Amino acid sequence: METAVFIVAAIITVLSAFGVILAKNPVHSVLMLMATLFAIAVLFVAQDAHFLAAVQIIVYAGAIVVLFLFVVMLLGVDLAENLRVEPIGGQRPLAIGATVATAVLTILLIIVAASDSSKPESGDLAGITQETGNTGVANLGRVIFTDYVWAFEIIAALLTIGVIGAVLLTRRAKQQEVEEEVVEKEGGQL
Amino acid sequence: MTVTQFVIASAVLFSIGVYGVLVRRSAVMVLMSVELILNSVNINLVAFGALHDNIAGEVFALFVITVAAAEVGVGLALVLLIFRNRKNINIHEVDLMKG
Repeated sequence: METAVFIVAAIITVLSAFGVILAKNPVHSVLMLMATLFAIAVLFVAQDAHFLAAVQIIVYAGAIVVLFLFVVMLLGVDLAENLRVEPIGGQRPLAIGATVATAVLTILLIIVAASDSSKPESGDLAGITQETGNTGVANLGRVIFTDYVWAFEIIAALLTIGVIGAVLLTRRAKQQEVEEEVVEKEGGQL
Repeated sequence: MTVTQFVIASAVLFSIGVYGVLVRRSAVMVLMSVELILNSVNINLVAFGALHDNIAGEVFALFVITVAAAEVGVGLALVLLIFRNRKNINIHEVDLMKG
């Protein structure tokens, strides 16, 4: 049952990821990205990470994808790029070759490593494993607000800085607008 | 339920994302490919967290999602600025700082 869930979710993930990078229409890409994120949420549920699956859907599918959709609509859907023209000669075959080679090499390495030792020995993990047998939401919250509280605070600062930066970047300064208008008027009079 | 299959799925997803970053020219599409890469990292983190029975994997995946949200916010603001100044978002034409 678990394997079946994994196979279905993984197939949806990979196929819709191909859809993201191959679709000509940006809106189709965004919708494919949403399908990918939902399938990844299913993968999270398959690993008992229920809270993360919820966050994945709420934050990614609910906020980030909508942001992408807003920008795509704002910039114009008809801005589809011409995939025929290559600025760098042979760029596409090179990229395909490099990507496939990396994927095959990684998967081979993973398989070799997995056949070496499918389960890590408990002695090696004495320094890493802090909580054993606890994977609930309550434990997640406890760990975030005790062991990783500094990382949490820094993430909060990062989010604040990110929002302020985004607002400052896209805001048109009022002073500048007035000056531009004045220059335009003077140019018209001259 | 072995960890290997999750890691392989994540490797495939990562490769697809890298291909997208290398090939697509629209800045929005490049940002979306970066999202694919970050998600493959999340799958890895959760898989190894489950393997080691350690909640830290989920905590770090949560942090990755947060950083991705901030990155998308700033990245799309930059894309909007580029569009406002140049009327297109083709990243091959943004070469003002090319040496």
